Amino acid sequence: MKTEHNNEHYVLDMRNIGKEYYGTRVLKDINIQLKPGEIHAILGENGAGKSTLMNVLFGMSVIHSTGGFEGEVFIDGEKVNINSPVEAMEKGIGMVHQEFMLIPGYSITENIKLNRETTNPGLLSRVAGKKLEILDMKSMNMDARKSLDKVGVGIEEWVKVAGLPVSFMQFVEIARELDKENLKVLVFDEPTAVLTESDADRLLETMRKIASEGIAILFITHRLDEVQRVADRITVLRDGQHVITKDTKDSNVNEMANLMVGREIKMTGESRDNEGSKNVKMRIRDFYVDMPGETVKGINLDIYEGEILGIGGLAGQGKIGLANGIMGLYKSEGNVELDGKKISLNNPEKSLKQGLAFVSEDRRGVGLLLDSSIELNTVITSMQIQGTFLKRYGVFTQRDNKKIREHALKMIKDLDIRCTGPSQITRRLSGGNQQKVCIARALTLNPKVLFVSEPTRGIDVGAKKLVLDTLVQLNKEYGMTIIMTSSELAELRMISNRIAIINEGKLEGILPPDASDVDFGLMMAGEYHKQKGEGVRADG
Amino acid sequence: MDKVKVYYNKFGLPRIIIISFLLFLLIAAVMLEIPISALISDALVRTGMNGILVLSMVPGILAGIGLNFGIPIGIVCGLLGGLMAIQLNLYGFTAILVAVLISLPLSLVAGYLYGLLLNRVKGSEMTIATYIGFSIVSLMSIGWLVLPFTSEEMRWPIGTGLRTTITLQGRFERILNQWGAFKIGDVVFPTGLILFMLFFCLLVWLFLRSRLGTSMIAAGDNPKFATASGINVNKMRIIGTMLSTVLSAVGIIVYSQSFGFIQLYQAPMFMSFAAVAAILIGGATIKKATISNVIIGAFLFQSVLVVSLPVANKILADVSSLAEIARIVISNGIILYALTQIGGGE
Repeated sequence: MKTEHNNEHYVLDMRNIGKEYYGTRVLKDINIQLKPGEIHAILGENGAGKSTLMNVLFGMSVIHSTGGFEGEVFIDGEKVNINSPVEAMEKGIGMVHQEFMLIPGYSITENIKLNRETTNPGLLSRVAGKKLEILDMKSMNMDARKSLDKVGVGIEEWVKVAGLPVSFMQFVEIARELDKENLKVLVFDEPTAVLTESDADRLLETMRKIASEGIAILFITHRLDEVQRVADRITVLRDGQHVITKDTKDSNVNEMANLMVGREIKMTGESRDNEGSKNVKMRIRDFYVDMPGETVKGINLDIYEGEILGIGGLAGQGKIGLANGIMGLYKSEGNVELDGKKISLNNPEKSLKQGLAFVSEDRRGVGLLLDSSIELNTVITSMQIQGTFLKRYGVFTQRDNKKIREHALKMIKDLDIRCTGPSQITRRLSGGNQQKVCIARALTLNPKVLFVSEPTRGIDVGAKKLVLDTLVQLNKEYGMTIIMTSSELAELRMISNRIAIINEGKLEGILPPDASDVDFGLMMAGEYHKQKGEGVRADG
Repeated sequence: MDKVKVYYNKFGLPRIIIISFLLFLLIAAVMLEIPISALISDALVRTGMNGILVLSMVPGILAGIGLNFGIPIGIVCGLLGGLMAIQLNLYGFTAILVAVLISLPLSLVAGYLYGLLLNRVKGSEMTIATYIGFSIVSLMSIGWLVLPFTSEEMRWPIGTGLRTTITLQGRFERILNQWGAFKIGDVVFPTGLILFMLFFCLLVWLFLRSRLGTSMIAAGDNPKFATASGINVNKMRIIGTMLSTVLSAVGIIVYSQSFGFIQLYQAPMFMSFAAVAAILIGGATIKKATISNVIIGAFLFQSVLVVSLPVANKILADVSSLAEIARIVISNGIILYALTQIGGGE
């Protein structure tokens, strides 16, 4: 009898996949095996490496233009070399995208059959070649109907995509993939993110149906309950590393959450003895922000005087929207009070005048005048809002260059900004030093409350620590109330007094920094209250 | 070698080409025995008379509306001021002063409305501005026919409307040029004209260093940043547009007094192109401009034009329009070059 090494046949086998971008390792030794008809979930926080892994699988140019990847990919036991998404499609790998890739003006059939049309030779094509053959709409419609029936959508195949409800578009996408004859592996990238609950249920149902026909499914999501409902096996990625692969039935939501977040947090020992007072500095009630991709849908939150409040959550859940809304950069409504005084919303000037300052997550876009000097960047907001650093001649004003220079030199020294001098333009600074200039600008305003969004995004490890230390120092020495929004839970836990987790535009809950990984994982996945059955309180 | 490279990058290819071309023309002029002193005098005068028109580009660029191809709006206001001065039968400096004072409110209002319009077409300001410029020139061509000016100096002797060119002889022709003018050898230095230009440069320079000017530059440089700093970006753009329009109105008055004629109808049509080309030659981009860009640009651009005409005439006796051809080739070429540089920053 022939002994098979693994006793099993894998339709997709990715072995020891690794990837480096410009010296930064984003994937290391990832192994994923898919059996036919299996639903395999890939779990991980933002930045865990899920997208990069999919880019490798689909041979996206971003991988190949940056030096390729390590490891091997086998399809049906055969080693393959996928260099473009088209090749991936030919090899039988399909993807249902998070954002719909459909052409609104085309009918469902046309969308499903796009670039794979069934054609008959016609008069023109005999002269001018295959490109000009006539479409066989009848057979195309039949094929489309078949695929639509498979996903269980009763909609007519000749209807135009424009104006279809979101869920239908999702199903059309799936039908398009199913229509590809040799489909072996289908990737679902956060498919339920835009669906209502009942539609999501139907989608999961459809996934099971597809799998039962022998197609393997890779299911990328961060909704743990869905994973538990449909997935056969799960693979958890964290910081580009393969954490574990196991059968879903041997795991539970708590463990998944733990595995997803879990990392050794080095608490800076003494950091959190200063608990902040219990005086409410800022009161946020029924707060809505219309920021594309980061919508806030009704947050109630109290911020205490002299604390560092961390705001965490997954990308797109609204954590970024909170600070941007309060500062008036995106349209917002609700009730925000500072020291009992109402803050006028939708007016950046008034927000600044009332003693708020903001270090934006978009450092190069919003945070800096890239072609202006460090000194001008440092003082300009204060000059506008408080009229400082000016010499006055009646109604006329002139910049007070001497004062500006003095102040900039002080900031450069205090924050340890590495530069050739205060007149260097900020474009030439490194990310960390640019961030410090942004902080210097906010500090020049002498704010009562400082909002800092993603302060360590895109800067190297050493600079990260310096930026975080600066925030702690400001908080300790000047008692400044700081609200730090970050995607990196680890750094929130390092310096915050309390951490508020935002999920789906609402406050999911507030945790102390030393709460367990499980709790953080559950909250970020929006499962905390389903699991623990507690209500959300504004005061945490 | 590295130093040369840095210097080269800082100076920029277009300027090096233009300066080389100018030197080539000057050598040719010397060899053809064209009196250099006359050329230099001419270049100075033309720098001074175009300087403020070139300067009018600065607030537009810095406020973020890009190259203001719409300065014919301001030019028309300035022309109206000049015409009013004649209508009121004024002479000398009074005439210039009154012309400026009359054009001021007109250009402020026109600039405000124009600014409102530009705020609605963010991203394609320059295209819109070009057509606004053309439209206003055409509209005013009707205006010149129907406006109720009665001075015999300005009206056609027969028929209705104003003449295409109205002489300023005896009114305020060249009075700035001649004020305090002195000679160095055979070169005449137009003191008043140059001082007047420098005075306006100084005003703009001071404005740019004020709080309002600083906000305007921030709004033009990075609107998102400006908004986050509590600056009203739309307001700043309107202020920049108004300033640009006012400066172009003053600019055309200075231009006309030096030229000796007020030119109506189609004359202002392409004036923005010369101003745009000059500031770009001076080293400005569509995002950044300084006063030194204005002065260097105006001088280089006008010098090339001044020198190329007699040289061309000597070499090719019959092609007297070569200077005009050179002007069109250089100005459109340099504008084209600048527009290809958009967004090459990062």
